[in-house]
Amino acid sequence: MSIFTCPLPLPARDRILLGHGSGGKLSAELMRDIFLPALSNPMLDRLDDQAVFAAGGVRLAMTTDSFVVKPLFFRGGDIGSLAVHGTVNDLAMGGATPLYLSAAFILEEGLAMDTLRRVTESLAQAAREAGVRVITGDTKVVEKGSGDGLFINTTGIGLVPERVELSADRAKPGDAVILSGSIGEHGIAILAEREGLEFETPVGSDSAALHTLVAEMLAAARGIRCLRDPTRGGVSSTLNEIARQSKVSIRIEERAITVRPEVQGACELLGLDPLYVANEGKLIAIVDPAQAEAVVSAMRRHPLGEGAGIIGSVGDGPPGLVTIRTALGTVRIVDMLSGDQLPRIC
Amino acid sequence: MKYIDEYRDPKIAEALVRKLQRQVTRPWVLMEICGGQTHTLMRYGIDELIPRQIELVHGPGCPVCVTPLEVVDKAIEIAARPEVIFVSYGDMLRVPGSRSDLFRVKAEGGDVRIAYTPMDALKIARANPGRRVVFFAIGFETTAPANAMAVWQAKREGLANFSLLVSHVLVPPAIRMLLESPANRVQGFIAPGHVCTVMGYRQYEDLAARYRVPFVVGGFEPVDLLESISMLVAQLEEGRAEVENQYARAVSREGNAPAQRLIGDVFEEADRKWRGIGPIPRSGWRLRPEFDAWNAEKVFGIPEKDVPEPPECISALVLQGLKKPLDCPAFGAGCTPERPLGAPMVSGEGACAAYYRYKTHGAPGASA
Repeated sequence: MSIFTCPLPLPARDRILLGHGSGGKLSAELMRDIFLPALSNPMLDRLDDQAVFAAGGVRLAMTTDSFVVKPLFFRGGDIGSLAVHGTVNDLAMGGATPLYLSAAFILEEGLAMDTLRRVTESLAQAAREAGVRVITGDTKVVEKGSGDGLFINTTGIGLVPERVELSADRAKPGDAVILSGSIGEHGIAILAEREGLEFETPVGSDSAALHTLVAEMLAAARGIRCLRDPTRGGVSSTLNEIARQSKVSIRIEERAITVRPEVQGACELLGLDPLYVANEGKLIAIVDPAQAEAVVSAMRRHPLGEGAGIIGSVGDGPPGLVTIRTALGTVRIVDMLSGDQLPRIC
Repeated sequence: MKYIDEYRDPKIAEALVRKLQRQVTRPWVLMEICGGQTHTLMRYGIDELIPRQIELVHGPGCPVCVTPLEVVDKAIEIAARPEVIFVSYGDMLRVPGSRSDLFRVKAEGGDVRIAYTPMDALKIARANPGRRVVFFAIGFETTAPANAMAVWQAKREGLANFSLLVSHVLVPPAIRMLLESPANRVQGFIAPGHVCTVMGYRQYEDLAARYRVPFVVGGFEPVDLLESISMLVAQLEEGRAEVENQYARAVSREGNAPAQRLIGDVFEEADRKWRGIGPIPRSGWRLRPEFDAWNAEKVFGIPEKDVPEPPECISALVLQGLKKPLDCPAFGAGCTPERPLGAPMVSGEGACAAYYRYKTHGAPGASA
């Protein structure tokens, strides 16, 4: 038999790869190696989805997000509604009542005017429904080939009630982990559209503004420590971030997590794990165990929280370790994804 | 979901584990060939569920992992050309060649696209007559019919801007190599269900008879694997060495005859080098000469070269089931899915990646 060998590692990364935008480990490396060393300050260092600060006697939350989704229109939403929901949700995860948005458009030369009109109308409608106003904006046009049709950045400002302190570093051993509903719908809807996949039961994005659900939760219980919306990288990445920042372990139960059959089917077909697939209308709450049932009840009364349930608990195991008890009763690790989840060959 | 839920049913799984506990009287070493099966074993922690006397070792059945460096280098060279649209299954993009990978080629401006089937690459070729579209046709017998169909259609249509970069490998020659190795420890095999869907399981009967080892064609869900293990243990405990079919809902003895005919029309047997293992005679398929005009190696005139793989990791020992990923000093330290040192860390189906994802946590060498 011949000599058994392996390739040498590749030289240090010198270019941005698509995986750097996946919300997984490569994204975390960018924060650690590039952004935080240059920009570090106590508010940024918390790495929450929004910054909360006091100004003029009120507490404000501020967040920003850029939307580069392809295709621009998909089942259940489009880049316009997503640009509102994404930023509203980042504010909501800080417990804030969203007030105002900015909207900046980067347009590629040649974009159909009708496309821009449809996206803008959708953005406006989503903002109306969410009760926020777009009060400032910007437009830039780049040469054909320098952009992918249309990018949108939105920045949001919201008002945070007194005593609401939500952050990913506040989870404590014993806390309950609550998920607001079934997972994976946004990611699969986008993938289906992008790849031209057709399923018997089409999957629509779950894109929605979650701030009214959050308001009900905050009204029901004081013991909510952290809220996060599991977008890029899915539930697994969000739980890993919380576990790392709070220096706790988290254990979830596979049986408690709902995946709709059509999403499950698409994931089976494509070799994807729904725990890593993006959501745009779901949230994860870390809650004082004594108040967990009250929070779940409050969530279930809201249309966006009908499927809410306790999916696990925070523990005092190795800091940053997320595990899942499988349906078979065994336990395995739920790691953060290194880059994008790649469809497997077979 | 039908055909999924019943094969993940905890009660059925529990009953199979209890059955195994009654069956086993001494230690047995079993190998699952296919990376998809390795993934399920790790994902559901089946290795922790079964009696300790049964040791599972993980076979070389991850197509991404065993594709040799030379071929990855060729893919990178072709993909970097400005006139080329290079189309690949997703998990090949992260596989390092000797200097780069396809993700980097893409980041540096190469037109590299992910497809779910070679038929998508054909569509791209039809839609881009001014470009040369190359599909990276790797894999075991499972992916061969679709690849054969793509090139067969391209020839029929006279689609001159389409070609295949082929690196097909075959399961039975790899099993023969493992069984003939003096270091072999494997006493029974879970044969790869998807490969057998295409090829049937008749070809494993010779191996079972000649080497006196049992085979069970297994599926990919937890209950499939537990049942396959139980069937293998039954054979071993009773001293039988037969080929049995656990995956009967998908696999027949003869396999898919039209697919086999198409494969025979398009491909011929060839020697292949396996990454981490080395050359195995007649262990792969290449395009027949009548398809030279659609053979990317001929079309682009990429010269043959032999890229030595420096002995940095123990992937070969892992791919033959002689070592476990956790035995490797580089595992989790110098070698992670972000910076793979060895091929089995690259693909989600690779044994090292499966261990990394489900069995370890962050720190080098830490196991859960």
